[in-house]
Amino acid sequence: MGIEQKVGNMGIVTVSLEKAVNWARTNAMWPMLFGLACCAIEMMSAEAAHYDMSRFGMELMRASPRQSDLMIVAGRVSRKMAPVLRRLYDQMPDPKWVISMGDCASCGGVFNNYAIVQGVDEVVPVDVYVAGCPPRPEALIHGVLTLYEKVRSEKLKDWA
Amino acid sequence: MDEHIQSVVTVFSERFGTGVYEFRGEVSLILTSDRIVAACQSLRDEFDFELLTEETAVDYWPEQTPRFHLVYRLRSLKHNTIIGLRMPVDGNDPTIPSLIGLYANANWFERELWDMFGIHFEGHPDLRRVVMPEDWVGHPLRKDYPLGYEEVQYTFNFDEIDARKPYAKE
Repeated sequence: MGIEQKVGNMGIVTVSLEKAVNWARTNAMWPMLFGLACCAIEMMSAEAAHYDMSRFGMELMRASPRQSDLMIVAGRVSRKMAPVLRRLYDQMPDPKWVISMGDCASCGGVFNNYAIVQGVDEVVPVDVYVAGCPPRPEALIHGVLTLYEKVRSEKLKDWA
Repeated sequence: MDEHIQSVVTVFSERFGTGVYEFRGEVSLILTSDRIVAACQSLRDEFDFELLTEETAVDYWPEQTPRFHLVYRLRSLKHNTIIGLRMPVDGNDPTIPSLIGLYANANWFERELWDMFGIHFEGHPDLRRVVMPEDWVGHPLRKDYPLGYEEVQYTFNFDEIDARKPYAKE
């Protein structure tokens, strides 16, 4: 088509801007280092050598919300923690995504009581829910890949 | 019963008129709230109970007089023994003397008791919430406090609960 035929073999690839941006976003999505309960253990093993999330460009857990793109809410959120979680979310730069990992973060799980938020979607908008108590690393990785599919189908005009 | 505990029980039933109750080898003394400071003073200074390991409460709602039982556990490192104290307290505005003058670690125990059960401690220097958020209303470990704030979602009431659930915005 167009430019490749005109300029010959100069090592140029053309692609739509949308695809390029979404490719970049999905292949270096840094999660925030934020574990709240036992789900964090599974998140750690998903990051570690055996399951190795760095295959998907996620080897770097950022300790600062200002450097991260993805918040994995790994565990139950207490009502005292909820304002903290929202503040961390607000500090993350756009574009940002949230994965609610496990039953407790998604819907309160077994903790239907006064102390635990019944689903973290009351506090921050959630993109992907991962079921399980706790979810195995494969489940978390599947959740991440589902999020990637969502990000790849995003339109650039929506971010403008 | 351990010799050391036995001597405590004998002395205390004379001096403070305490009741005794034993369960699986653990001895508890039952006493009234006006005696608690004097009793702990004598346990600490005369009977070497140097350590306050626990201070907690039980709610026997709907009983009102007494509604709460304050439970203390004191440990003697020298004699390797544990003794319990139980103190019935009325449900209507429970106020009892603080143990901070004797055991400094009673500070946070009593703050937690205020937080969870709404029990007042006279003489406590800083009685504010320690576990729940500062603007919390009520005392959650009281038996008449509602357990949860959301109904369990089943297929038949899913939409109804979903409709009034507050979802966060961007």
